[in-house]
Amino acid sequence: MTPWSTLLALAGDATGSWLAQLKNLATHPWVVNLVAMAVILGANAAFFAVITLLERKGLGRIQNRPGPNRAGPFGILQPAADGIKMITKEDIVPERADQLVHFLAPLVMLAPITLALAVLPYGPQLVAVNLDAGVLFFFAIGTAGELAAFMAGWSSRNKYSLLGAMRAIAQMISFELPLVLSTLVVIMMTGSMSLVEIVAGQGSAAWGLPGWNIFTPWGLAGFLIFLTAAAAESNRSPFDLPEGESEIIGGFMTEYSGFKYAVFFMAEYFGMFAVSGLGITLFLGGWHAPFPFLEWVPGIFWYVAKLVALVFGFIWIRGTLPRLRADQLMNFSWKFLMPLALLNFATAILWHATAGWQFPGAWLCRWLVCFGIVAGAFTGLGRAMLRRRQVGPRIYRYAS
Amino acid sequence: MVDFAQPENAFKPGLPGAAEPACRVVPKYSDQGEREGDWLEISMGPQHPSTHGVFRMDLVLEGETVIRLKPVFGYLHRNHEKIAEQTTYLSSMPYTDRLDYFCSMTNNWAYALAVEKLAGLQVPERAEYIRIITAELTRLQNHACLMGFLMQDLGAMGTPLMYAFREREKILDLFEALSGARMMCNYMRFGGCRIDLPPGWLEQTRRLVADFPRFLDEFEALLTGNEIVMARLQGVGALSRELAINAGISGPMLRASGVNYDIRKVDQYGIYNRFEFRVPLGAHGDCYDRFMLRLLEMRESLRILEPALKDIPSGPIIDARAKLRNFKPRPGEAYGRIEAPKGELGFYLVSDGSANPYRYRVRPPSLINLTILEDLCLGQKVADVVIILGSVDIVLGEVDR
Repeated sequence: MTPWSTLLALAGDATGSWLAQLKNLATHPWVVNLVAMAVILGANAAFFAVITLLERKGLGRIQNRPGPNRAGPFGILQPAADGIKMITKEDIVPERADQLVHFLAPLVMLAPITLALAVLPYGPQLVAVNLDAGVLFFFAIGTAGELAAFMAGWSSRNKYSLLGAMRAIAQMISFELPLVLSTLVVIMMTGSMSLVEIVAGQGSAAWGLPGWNIFTPWGLAGFLIFLTAAAAESNRSPFDLPEGESEIIGGFMTEYSGFKYAVFFMAEYFGMFAVSGLGITLFLGGWHAPFPFLEWVPGIFWYVAKLVALVFGFIWIRGTLPRLRADQLMNFSWKFLMPLALLNFATAILWHATAGWQFPGAWLCRWLVCFGIVAGAFTGLGRAMLRRRQVGPRIYRYAS
Repeated sequence: MVDFAQPENAFKPGLPGAAEPACRVVPKYSDQGEREGDWLEISMGPQHPSTHGVFRMDLVLEGETVIRLKPVFGYLHRNHEKIAEQTTYLSSMPYTDRLDYFCSMTNNWAYALAVEKLAGLQVPERAEYIRIITAELTRLQNHACLMGFLMQDLGAMGTPLMYAFREREKILDLFEALSGARMMCNYMRFGGCRIDLPPGWLEQTRRLVADFPRFLDEFEALLTGNEIVMARLQGVGALSRELAINAGISGPMLRASGVNYDIRKVDQYGIYNRFEFRVPLGAHGDCYDRFMLRLLEMRESLRILEPALKDIPSGPIIDARAKLRNFKPRPGEAYGRIEAPKGELGFYLVSDGSANPYRYRVRPPSLINLTILEDLCLGQKVADVVIILGSVDIVLGEVDR
């Protein structure tokens, strides 16, 4: 039934009261989905405004400066000022740009990420679309961002844009693999691809402790791999090469200004919210409270609290670390994260196989053995990489 | 090798419908002379976030690898040398501030040194101490900011730069108290300094020098051991000892390549022979060595500053024979050079006995250190070019003059 025919049927139904009609209309799947979409867009846009302020304030404090403090008390109106500035700015399109593709690129960037946000469970009943293969959908739709980056870089007819797009695609494809591999462990252990079921499987464990996946060795390792790959996937520092401000000016966004740039900017933050949200859902127990006695607090609160914590981590890293080079980034993804993510599979299998151990301290023993495998591989691989590149601290001599 | 001077090699017809070539490309030929495709030519600058001013690099890239680089400068040319020949000796002094606008004190000193040699002036002891103190403070702030800028080029979002600027502010406050200006100090005069130290200045400077190691330790702890910093800087832009000597490189860049040449030790101008300090040397000549050498030199500068601030005598600050008005040195020539933070800064003057110099020539360390940029960058990635440029330490005011 299409919405149009629904409306016609409702209008023609003179027998029911208008309240019943409204109820019929409100519970119609199309209307429900539209409302859910509007809420997701609105809530994330509001959250985006708050996070930009948090980022600018946080970066400011990290850098010994107050950050924005002119628009409104403590600068809280800064996002509004930014928004007005972005909208009123002239929208410059290069003369020889491919006009249509140049126009479409920001939209192609933003739309799929909004769809990806729809499958995440924000609370016990707060999921817009409960897909059986939510994880699959998330990754499938998230890949469209690469297309958008390429469209933007190619259509701008700018060499920096092209370099940025080249970097963006290489980076996103490389980091998609560790991202998916770290996710697969969770799917394997939970036995479901539905994000709702994955969250439901992370309820309280024994002794009132949270049963989140991060408290298992494979979950912790998977979470760290996931977080690293997620930073790269959402072009955050230290993997912000596609923008590479000091090298290639703005990357694929060089030739964008005004509202189109704002849409790119928003898409980037939405992307960060989406992957952080997926990380929370997979590893941090989703909307679950950390302790059973806190379960009276609504699930959405815990979700947002975890999201803010993760995003603040990204901001902190951005204010701290320098950027990698393109080839080092590839090495890092293929030679370091990939083997670790694959090894994490073995750890998960070992964890599963030893579930029957009964002797006292078995849990701790299993934990240490499984985590030791990953941690050993981590240090070993890291040292080997540094040694092969002959990188290390140096001692300097002085002239006599 | 392709002859890039040929117009057909430099331009490719634009896409259908385009009036002019849309994208400048350099054709790529195989060994058999067949056209294989294009190399991408990028004009990096003069408006680019990381060229440290109005400076342009014409890059030819294969993928992201640099296969050709041509530095283009002159955007900031102000005719400094010719203007100085049209004015009196003293009126060029404030103009030297604008050469390397980060280090006006050392610029003043180098120029004053050249004129003093020309006119045979003696500098009183107190003035020599003040000169050393201001020059080493200049070195501290220049090196700290260079490290900050280099980290900015690495993509560290300005955090190290802001830390460095915090320290620089304190030093600029001292300069302001001393000369009335924060950057354009115009402080030195032929045969001494312009005005005596304001009351309390020495205490404030002593406090700064006492606090400075804390900042250096923090900087070192946060940056030098960082794996990304090491991976990005080590083995990048290596400068061999031979090339460094042949190209006339000077300053920390030369010493990073392992050449023991510090004009403070070689010439012992001023009263540098009274102070104990060491000259750190690099072994690899890469960006990391250049980065680290600046850090170590800052520590040595502190070793000069501490006794200088303790032993500074009282007395006159300018040679009694020095004339401010009607200053006409006898005919002759003089070359005064100092170890500026960026390298050997020299002023060559020829006097014909009139009030204006007959010839006035600056030997800018930034320009000469920049000449080997292509040798450092070939075969590196685009991302490395900005780091190599950053580690050379240039100020465009001095490069273009």
